[in-house]
Amino acid sequence: MLELYLPIIVMVVLGVVVALVFLALSMWLGSRRATPLKTTTYESGVEPVKTARERFSVKFYMVAVSFIVFDIEVVFLYPWAIQAGTLGIIPFIAMIVFIIILFAGYYYELKKGGFEWD
Amino acid sequence: MNIHLIAFIVLGILAIASAIGTIATKHPIYSAMSLIVHFFALSALYLTLQSPFVAVLQILVYAGAIMVLVVFVIMLLNLNEDEKQTIRIQSRNSFGIVLAAIFFIMIVTFIMSNPLNQPNSTNVYNLFTAQSLGSVLFTKDLVAFEIVGILLLSAIVGAIVMAKKKLIN
Amino acid sequence: MNEILWISLEALIKAIIILSLLLLSAAISVYLERKLSAWIQLRIGPNRVGPFGLLQPIVDVVKLIMKEDIVPNGANKFLHGLAPVISLAVAIMVWAVIPVADPIKIGDHIIQMGISPNADIGILFILAMTSVGVYGIALAGWSSNNKYSLLGGLRSSAQMISYELSMGLAILSIILISGSFSLSDIVNQQFSHWGGFRWNIFIQPLGFLIFLTTAFAETNRAPFDLPEAEQELVSGYNTEYSGMRFGMFFLAEYANMATSSAIITLLYLGGWTLPFAPSAIGLEQGTWILGLVQFVIFAIKIYLLVMFFIWVRWTVPRFRYDQLMRLGWKVLLPLALLNLILTSFGVLFINH
Repeated sequence: MLELYLPIIVMVVLGVVVALVFLALSMWLGSRRATPLKTTTYESGVEPVKTARERFSVKFYMVAVSFIVFDIEVVFLYPWAIQAGTLGIIPFIAMIVFIIILFAGYYYELKKGGFEWD
Repeated sequence: MNIHLIAFIVLGILAIASAIGTIATKHPIYSAMSLIVHFFALSALYLTLQSPFVAVLQILVYAGAIMVLVVFVIMLLNLNEDEKQTIRIQSRNSFGIVLAAIFFIMIVTFIMSNPLNQPNSTNVYNLFTAQSLGSVLFTKDLVAFEIVGILLLSAIVGAIVMAKKKLIN
Repeated sequence: MNEILWISLEALIKAIIILSLLLLSAAISVYLERKLSAWIQLRIGPNRVGPFGLLQPIVDVVKLIMKEDIVPNGANKFLHGLAPVISLAVAIMVWAVIPVADPIKIGDHIIQMGISPNADIGILFILAMTSVGVYGIALAGWSSNNKYSLLGGLRSSAQMISYELSMGLAILSIILISGSFSLSDIVNQQFSHWGGFRWNIFIQPLGFLIFLTTAFAETNRAPFDLPEAEQELVSGYNTEYSGMRFGMFFLAEYANMATSSAIITLLYLGGWTLPFAPSAIGLEQGTWILGLVQFVIFAIKIYLLVMFFIWVRWTVPRFRYDQLMRLGWKVLLPLALLNLILTSFGVLFINH
């Protein structure tokens, strides 16, 4: 166990450390001469109007919701896929039923225009 | 001191600290970030319990999917400063404390009565590999598994119904 | 306690080697991109720094480090710094489970050619890390307090999660065939049949196409580079980034391109394996020479794919966002599901 997962943790930590080092390097070596004009946000050369933190379309939210549901479906498929060869016919049928149930959800969303973007 | 104990203490502290951070920070996006750290700590804790599959699902589902929605919603609402309300209603706070206490007692009694708690029971960890999870899920818990499918279906339908008005406009 | 120290030390050495290789390959990819795009557009491309302009990427990085980090007005300073860290860290982390060759033997020690290629979560770990990578881009867009950034970040994260599903389903078909999450198992399985040539691309052609498409979308490369569609969004989520913070996004993008190529190679193109038994040309299993040969084969396959990525970027026009969403949800997802069901029927048929 240890020899399999300790290295992964080492790599995860190293990834974060390296990214932080890059950040620190540029803070340390880069020049800092911020002027009020320089720090205005870019808006094609005109004065920025209002803040950018506006409410945005609900469609993005729909994408995220659909993603969660189907992602959890996919997660349920992993324990099945890894030993589908050994499980036999009943789990297979169960899985097909599961997929059909979720495909019904997919079809419903499709027909209701959940995937339309215009 | 053995390594598992050290890992447990360090990760436990991280998990508790980030959980406190989730409810203590003012800005919702910091709360969300804190919760993501919490999920990572939990995931590492699962690794120390020799359940890598559960550990990776913890990140895949919670940090990678559910928190994306939460972050989206925080960004979607984009509360302005004047719209933020700090909830300081006393009755609600005390209600929360009572609820937390009940939950705490439930967890303690569960841990005390749980047979998995016995250090000698050998088949505890074997439950949580992808293979063993699969064989339990697709034989013994088949009905529960299909019900989960229907639950997910209703989740989709619910989301559509709620967003439908917006989608038509 | 001693054992733990040794494991960590070995892992750290390997991690540093792989990290250097990854950064090097990101630099090579940047050079390749500039040179190939120049040739495609009948230009010369970088040719001033070093022979054939080979040192250009290094000079680029030095320049980016020396530049000023501008944090725009009204930006969330903490998140503005955190976002590129997430992007780069995730791009590095995925290599924790990617093997580059068969294990080699030195004395009595078997050394895995990868940080932890035998971990039995392999490909799932990569999927999990990719899904966390969304935050880097979403937060960059949101924290910058710029309209272009916000739109770019949103588009990009919505695009990434949409295509992640089809990617997961395509991977599921591979898992069905191999019965393992571990990448070295998946590669060895492709090698162990049909005289070393049972590459998954031949039994999963549809899955390969789906995975390839989603890999383009996940790395935000053309024709899926909507988030940084210059004509409408300036530079998308990284509009307000400068200096090394921009450099980190840049590095992460090119590292991700190399990583995607590596994963495609491992899953579908036989990984590092030779098309025949290594003993046929006098190489023993477990020698370092064989390890080196396999690594070179792996690298060649990766770079051919990287060049394909670049070639596509400078050839194919960009999608419109509604087309992209339609492709992801209405075409790729049902196709991936169909592919999964067909594969599972195949596996069931063979096993019974």
